[in-house]
Amino acid sequence: MTQSAQGGQPASEAEGTLITPADLAGTRGGEPDVHGKFGVFGGRYVPEALIPALDEVAAEYDKARTDLGFIREFDHLLRTYAGRPTTITEVARFAEQAGGARILLKREDLTHTGAHKINNVLGQALLTKRLGKTRVIAETGAGQHGVATATAAALMGLECVIYMGAVDCERQALNVARMKLLGATVVPVTNGSQTLKDAINEAFRDWVTNVDHTHYLFGTVAGPHPFPEIVRDFASIIGVEARRQVLELTGRLPDAVAAAVGGGSNAIGIFHAFIGDENVQLHGYEAGGRGAESGEHALTLTKGSVGVLHGSRTYVLQDEEGQTIESHSISAGLDYPGVGPEHAWLKDSGRAVYHGITDAEAMEAFALLARTEGIIPALESSHALAGALKLGRELGPEATILVNLSGRGDKDMGTAMKYFNL
Amino acid sequence: MTTLQTVFEKARSENRAALVGYLPAGFPTKDGAVAAATAMVEAGCDVIEIGLPYSDPLMDGPTIQDAVHRSLTNGTRIADVMRTVEGVARTGAATLVMTYWNPVDRYGAERFARDLASAGGAGTITPDLTPEESDPWLTASREAGIDTVFLVAPSSPDERIERVVSCCTGFVYAASLMGVTGARETVGSAAEGLVKKTRAHTSLPVCVGLGVGNGSQAAEVAAYADGVIVGSAFIRRLLDAPDEKSGLASVRELTYELARGVRR
Repeated sequence: MTQSAQGGQPASEAEGTLITPADLAGTRGGEPDVHGKFGVFGGRYVPEALIPALDEVAAEYDKARTDLGFIREFDHLLRTYAGRPTTITEVARFAEQAGGARILLKREDLTHTGAHKINNVLGQALLTKRLGKTRVIAETGAGQHGVATATAAALMGLECVIYMGAVDCERQALNVARMKLLGATVVPVTNGSQTLKDAINEAFRDWVTNVDHTHYLFGTVAGPHPFPEIVRDFASIIGVEARRQVLELTGRLPDAVAAAVGGGSNAIGIFHAFIGDENVQLHGYEAGGRGAESGEHALTLTKGSVGVLHGSRTYVLQDEEGQTIESHSISAGLDYPGVGPEHAWLKDSGRAVYHGITDAEAMEAFALLARTEGIIPALESSHALAGALKLGRELGPEATILVNLSGRGDKDMGTAMKYFNL
Repeated sequence: MTTLQTVFEKARSENRAALVGYLPAGFPTKDGAVAAATAMVEAGCDVIEIGLPYSDPLMDGPTIQDAVHRSLTNGTRIADVMRTVEGVARTGAATLVMTYWNPVDRYGAERFARDLASAGGAGTITPDLTPEESDPWLTASREAGIDTVFLVAPSSPDERIERVVSCCTGFVYAASLMGVTGARETVGSAAEGLVKKTRAHTSLPVCVGLGVGNGSQAAEVAAYADGVIVGSAFIRRLLDAPDEKSGLASVRELTYELARGVRR
């Protein structure tokens, strides 16, 4: 029986797992070298004290990625705990505003904890156990990575400490309460801009102090090697599933894939399976905040310059002396002045294109999806939705656009109530 | 310019460890930093590290974070760092810049090395520059004739120590404990072993920093290391003083105590 006669039964399911060793084998192209370099980007710029821990994580991941036992365990959690595979939803009423292009949403909002972050977290929590460590720490911006980490820690009996900027604690108060309920300690970070970048600084300080029993469960595809690669691989289930689902539904690959980019984990997660499909355009949407000219934005790739932040060479919002410039976005998850090195590499190589979406455009898309489709998206994902509306008008009614709906918007209701006077 | 080599030769001839003091440029003010460093040299510091204030100091504890934040709020720029080095080098102390990598990267490695050498700087300490990424900086420093100090840590296995010391000139910085900068009740117990392990790979002087803040700790470290590095304790004195004059007096007093310690 051919694959198509089975309704496109994928090889991975024939083997019984959603994600296969092939998905984690680093054969899709765009792999970093042994130093974790994507072209000139990536690498390690960290205190020497952390090098052995990073080497240990890299070595353990290299063993795990080809270990069928590990992959089955991960797969089991993805199916029975995270709720995978997530579906794709065609949004025709929403797409009327996109020049009639066909828009398909990859529904990461339907996963347990409500965002794509759970994929990486479950993989790294399993890795933590393999490493023999009993405590995890994590940074969080919107709180989604913090909630996911606290969730996995509760599930696996790990001690959990979450660092979160004090500003973010306030605007994502609901997620702070969720993390506490899940048994995590939430530490508000009051230095610097009191947002995601400062939470990462503080998490690194904890890690260097407690590294003997602690794993830093990094939440995005940034940071020192091997984090960009590990987080990418665990998030890549999004694209692996979506690529197959779009093929099943439409009989062909999408013309474009759209995703929001802060640190870049949901974007890499959906892009990665399409890297080799040269005819599929990859579009990343950064937070334009109050506009590119306002100086209040998080347009790291579109307006930043090459530098080093949080252990990795990448694009950074910085002044002419290398001081980090504080970012702004209405969405806490995109409010970050750095970005994963693989995105920097995809940008420079031209394989992916990056654009800015303002707060106002994102809020408009947020409300539009709610009203036309009955889906309340996360503010982060709303940037990708706004991007898809523009892209649809450019590509025309024949085009199919796959959008990563990376999370649900419950956490953003406070912001929405203020913004729309609800 | 006083070189690190001169400093360690002198200390060795006096049968003692060298005393290394840290202060960020621009703290408590641009001129105040030079005044404080001068007081430290006059009271017995052999080497001064001038910190280049950076927005994301992820290796620093709360005391240095606080000082660096104030310095950046004071508008400290790299030109001010160079002027501070110039002022401090004039006292006759070997003067280093301690800096995270991104400001140097952005300024340009060659330009930074050249400007630092012209200001009378003896070299740099780069806590987040790994050997794997250090080639451009080693080349630029060699050409400008300045030293490059890198860190080893209690977690470093022998092959890492070997790799790190091969990038070092001047001395090797041994972090006494796993953690960020800041004074502690006791010096890390791993420090002595780390110094011993490091000596197996290099004939360079090995200095110990992180968590050293008083005379008896300085004496303890001086018994096995070539130099004792103190930072946060100086800053704490300046932060706690009611005015600049008493701050300087307090810094001087601490330096005397530490200088006695390294001679015990």
